[in-house]
Order: sequence, then structure tokens, then C-alpha cells
Amino acid sequence: MRHTISVLVENEFGVLSRVAGLFSGRGFNIESLCVAESLDPTISTMTIVTSGNDAIIEQVLKQLNKLINVIKVVDFKDVDYVSREMVLVKVNAEERTREEILRMTEIFRGKVIDVSPKTYTVMITGDEGKISAFLTLIKPLGIKELVRTGPIAMMRGDKTIKMREKHSKGGEDG
Amino acid sequence: MKKTGAQIFIEALKMEHIDTLFCYPGGATLNITDALSSSDIEQIVVRHEQGAVHASDGYARASGRVGVSLVTSGPGATNAVTGIATAYMDSIPLVIFTCQVPTMLIGNDAFQEADIVGITRPCTKHSYLVKDVKDLSRIIKEAFYIAKSGRPGPVLVDIPKDVSAALGEFKYPDKVNIRSYQPTYVGHVGQIKKAMKLLASSKKPVFYTGGGIISSGASNELIKLAERLSIPVTNTLMGLGGFPGNHPLFLGMLGMHGTYAANMAITEADLIIAVGARFDDRATGKVDEFGHLAKIIHIDIDPTSISKNIKVDIPIVGDSKNVLKKMLDIVLEDKEDFGNYSSRIAQWHHDTEKWKMDFPLTYGRSGLLKPQYVIERVCELTKGKAIVTTEVGQNQMWTAQFYKFQKPRTFITSGGLGTMGFGFPAGIGAQVAFPDALVIDIAGDGSIQMNIQELATAVQYNLPVKVIILNNRFLGMVRQWQELFYEKRYTWTHMNHAPDFVKVAEAYGAAGYRIEREDEVDKVLKEVFKNKRPTFVDVMVDPEESVYPMVPAGAPLREMLLV
Ligand SMILES: Cc1ncc(C[n+]2csc(CCOP(=O)(O)OP(=O)(O)O)c2C)c(N)n1
Repeated sequence: MRHTISVLVENEFGVLSRVAGLFSGRGFNIESLCVAESLDPTISTMTIVTSGNDAIIEQVLKQLNKLINVIKVVDFKDVDYVSREMVLVKVNAEERTREEILRMTEIFRGKVIDVSPKTYTVMITGDEGKISAFLTLIKPLGIKELVRTGPIAMMRGDKTIKMREKHSKGGEDG
Repeated sequence: MKKTGAQIFIEALKMEHIDTLFCYPGGATLNITDALSSSDIEQIVVRHEQGAVHASDGYARASGRVGVSLVTSGPGATNAVTGIATAYMDSIPLVIFTCQVPTMLIGNDAFQEADIVGITRPCTKHSYLVKDVKDLSRIIKEAFYIAKSGRPGPVLVDIPKDVSAALGEFKYPDKVNIRSYQPTYVGHVGQIKKAMKLLASSKKPVFYTGGGIISSGASNELIKLAERLSIPVTNTLMGLGGFPGNHPLFLGMLGMHGTYAANMAITEADLIIAVGARFDDRATGKVDEFGHLAKIIHIDIDPTSISKNIKVDIPIVGDSKNVLKKMLDIVLEDKEDFGNYSSRIAQWHHDTEKWKMDFPLTYGRSGLLKPQYVIERVCELTKGKAIVTTEVGQNQMWTAQFYKFQKPRTFITSGGLGTMGFGFPAGIGAQVAFPDALVIDIAGDGSIQMNIQELATAVQYNLPVKVIILNNRFLGMVRQWQELFYEKRYTWTHMNHAPDFVKVAEAYGAAGYRIEREDEVDKVLKEVFKNKRPTFVDVMVDPEESVYPMVPAGAPLREMLLV
């Protein structure tokens, strides 16, 4: 199963390598990882997409929590959340496909952010489904290069990640 | 008044009540080395940095205090890595100070630069690179706090040479405040109650206890609870000493070289109460069949240990001592009807006693001098009261089986990493912690050669560690596997080019003895235990003796090969 996890960490050097090292050292999957400063500049938010069975995910969450610099870990599995990713696609833009690319970009509410005589660079944001739908449609036109951010996520409504205690899951304690 | 980083370092150690440092110098340590010349912190200068970390580890395991070492940059730091990994696997509280090239050279492939924070990231509980002298006191305070709190472990602090030279204010924080680190000590009351309900209804309970009993100081609580309800106890290798080895309720060690009774008890139990143990593969055998008839209660301070290898029924995150005490309180208040519990489980006692009687630990007594006999004599002559370290291999397993440990912190061994070369320097550290105690390293002829240079340290500081080398002219444990699983092809494992250990000892200025026959054992050992010098005893034992029982790797515990 796929899980999107938010990890709040101290905004210090070396923290990213601790998290990345944990995943590689223990053979956990990492599908994407997105990290930047949060509202509080002393804290960074990492959004990690990982996969594994329940036992593995339980270990991922616990092992992340165990890192000294990790302040809070939230698995979005059981909460209602929104998630968005951004992708930049450089597409072949020939005479006969230019119109098509623009039309598609508009339908997906994307933007052309760079143009050259032979290419368009298109930016699309959305959830995973939307992005893959766009890529499927645009692929036959010839994608020259593609860069994705990996998703970032947030709880829906007025809920936010509470910082008080470190362990988000009281799993062990009933 | 401003102080240099080196002086701040020393002041900080004093604030932590550290009076002993295991160390080795180099260019990058010089500021600190020089500042220490006028300090009353005892400095044990070893012969290899691995020895420094193992010695601080032995010191920590024997005393329960944090062990501290200091080494130089680059090769000094990389030499320390095995020591750090050893302590990490066994959850031993250490602070390792590595010195680093000056900050402006970091990342330049400078002379003797190694990214030691990077190299040790997976084998430290935490690590710091001190970039500014103003952070030094806070970092040292945090390092000691992290090392000894929660599930203990080694913390590395890397101090660049310009930082130890720079001037700064010494203000030692009174409190540590790490918002992202708050270990859970107190077990969840509801979970403890649930556990006690389950216990009250069980008919075949067994305690399976590990190193957590030692590190949390829960031995008394364990003994009281086990005695009160007369529940049999098995220890992991790391747990030995946490429950008296000659106690009628003691089943012996479990696992690959565990006793028949312990492994059968786990196999037949209807309730396993795991305390401060982590279900390591050497203890569990084939995991799917470990305690397959039992419900499992697991008490551990580290949530990641819980349900990592085996799904448990009632997890309790907390300090072992704290949780066992709560359990004991419930029993004493008799809330859950423990009144006639022991008589209700009488049949179970009968079973476990029978296993003990039918298949005790034993060995053949014919022919050559048997290593097991030597350990039995060491145990007898020291009344089970020495501090015993081991190397790794057969020597370690025989010690675990045949030395009946009475008290926590008297058995010191590299359990998780299985580091050959650990026992001797660890013994040196234990001897530093307890100068008057009898400290014995039970060694193999292979392992002792891995840190034999520390004999110079032992002689220099008058640390009368006794090294008893069970000399089988083989890397015995590996040979045993070759005998059993590789048709006796003893490739690489013949040690027929070992030095004369008696002469080696004498060359270092230590005492050396040799034992070749059974009737010499008591006489020589008595003399050795009386002398006040570091000593090697070269005991020529049966070369092809093997450790039994043995559960082949990956087999379930009940499938033991007996003698
Ligand atoms: C540093 C290290 N290298 C290799 C091993 C693998 N190993 C485990 S036991 C063993 C043999 C140990 O031989 P010896 O010290 O003579 O002890 P014995 O088993 O004969 O008692 C070896 C090589 C190890 N545990 N540690």
C-alpha cells in the first residue's frame, strides 16, 4: 500500500541525510520526497511517499519518530487530506502539434512557462490522477524531458498538524 | 572570563561527573590533549582507537555510567567505528568525541579528514558536528542526555580543531530541552492492566528477558515478580545476570545455543512476557514458530522494537523497571486474583523441571581438556562473582552457558554485533571502573589477536585483567559450522600460526601461564586470580569441541541438535 507521510524536522544541516539514510539502510521504499522550510523557519516539512505492507509502514513511522531531529510524523492514511504535485514537461512543439499542446494545457489548467522554436515547457499542478492523465495525453506528441516535484500534502478543513507530542500514533498504548 | 573550546570541553565533562577518558592522540586532538595535561580527569591512553571505544563501553556496561572516549580525526575516527557500532547494537550509553580538521578545511579532502558524522550515522543514536564554539557546551550536554536516556546508545560529537582553539563563554545549561526527543518511561496503565488480566488467566507463562533489564536496573523487580508468581525465566545473551543463574526458576539462556528447557518453554508456553528484549534472530530461531502457541506481552522502551520481527498481542512502551514495578503492585494488591496462581500453574512447573532434568547442559568428559570444564572451574573458583567479559564465538557461548551469573553488569559481551576483539579492551574498561574487582576475559585464540595490543595499556595502567584463552587452534565457531554444514572442510579456520601467548604476555610485561591438563586447571587459576598483574592464561583445549545444544540458523527453537 502507498502512504503519504508528513515529517516535521528540525531545519538543520544533516537532517535530510538521516532520513534518507534510514530509508536506504533499512530497505524501505521511497517513491518521492519533498522538503522545504515550513511556516516556522526552524522547522522543515518533508513529504514522503512510501509503500509497503502494514508492518513495514508501522516500522517506517516508528523509525522516523526515533530519529532525534524528527519532531512529528503524520501518516495521512486515516485522515482526509489534499495533496498536489507539480510537473514540468518539455514537449516537442511542431507546427501541427502546437495547437494541441496549448489546448491540452488549458484543459488541465496548466501554463506554458517557456517557449522555444521547437518546444513548449508546460507546468501542470494537480493530484496524481490529473498529472498522469495529462502525461498520457501528451506523450504521443513527444516528451523531451520531464521533472516532477513529488506530492506535498495537508489535512483538509481547519485541521493542522499539532506539534505538542512527538508520537502521532499511540498504537502501542492501545 | 573566556575559555578555549578545549577548556570548555573539560569543564563540560566535569559537569557531567566524568572522571575517566579513554583516548588516543593525533594532530587534531592536540588542543584538547594539551588542556587535559592540567586536568584531574584520568586519561587512559590505549594502543588502538577501537580499543578506546570498547574500553569505554566495558566501563559503561560494568558501572552503568556513560563511557567517554576521544580520538583524532580521519584514521583515528574510522578506527573507532567498530567500537561505536558494537555499542549501538547493544544499546550502551557512550559519548565518543572525534576531533576533526579545522572547519574551513572540511569538505576539501584535507589531510586526515573523514566525514565521521556521515560514516557513523547508521550506528549512532545521534551525532553532532560542532561548527561554532558557542554551541559546544549545549551540544555536550545534549550528547550525554541522549546517550543515557530512553533506549541508551552511543552519541558522537565531532569537534574541529579551530573550534577547540576558539574562545567562548562557558555556560553549561542546567536543563536539556529537545522538543523532538521525549522518551516514554511510564507504561500505559490500561495496557498494563490488560497484560495482568492475560497473565492471571495463563497456565504456561514464561519471562523472556533481555538487556533492557540490565540497562533499566529492573533485575530486582523481575526477581520479585517471578518469585511471587513462580514464573520461570529465560534470558537472552544480553540479559544474563539480570536473573540469578542458579535460581530455581531460571531456565538458562534461550536461542541458538540456549538450553533445552528454555527453548521448550518458549515453544510450549501459552504466554510469553518479553521484557527489554528485541526478538533477535539468534534468540527466536524461525520467527513464524517462535512461541506459536503463546500470546505475547512485550515491554520495551523503544517503540521500534515492538512488532518489528514478531507481532505481539499486548505492547507496552515504557521503562522495564517502571512497568514491572506496576505489575508487581497489581499482584501485591491482588486485584486480578493472583492468590493461588503458583498452584494453578503447577503442571507447568512440572514440565519445565522435567526438561531441565532430562536435558541439562552437558559435555563429554573423555580425552582432551574441555573448554566447558574450564568455564565451570572459573565459575566455581570465583563463586560466580567476577566481572566476566568475552570475545566472540564458542568462548562466548560456553561462558553464557556454564558461568552462572548472579548479578546484573557482571557479564559483558558483544551480543548484537558479535565483535571479535571486544572482550579484552572491554575488560580493561570494566577494571578501570572497578579497580578492586576480579575481571576476567574469556577469549578464543582467534579473537584475542584482534586487540592484543591493549596488553600494553593494561600493563601501563596496572589493570590486572585476566585473559583466559580457550586455545583450540581454530576459529572455533566458524569451524563448528563447517563441521556441521560444510562437510568438515576447515577452509580459513585453522589458526596454526598463533604466537606463543605466554611469551607474548611476558614480552609486554604481563604474566603468562599455560594449562594443558585438567588437573592443572584449579592450581593455575587459583594462582592467577590471586596475582595482581594483567595475565594471559593459554589453555590448550580440545580443538574440535562444539557448542551444544544448537538450533541451526532458520530452524524453529524446538529443533535442537543436542550433544
Ligand atoms: C571482527 C569479527 N570478524 C569475524 C567474525 C566472524 N567470527 C565469528 S566467531 C569466529 C571465530 C572466533 O574464533 P576464536 O576467537 O578462536 O573463538 P572460538 O570460537 O574458537 O572460541 C569468527 C571468525 C566476528 N565475529 N568478528
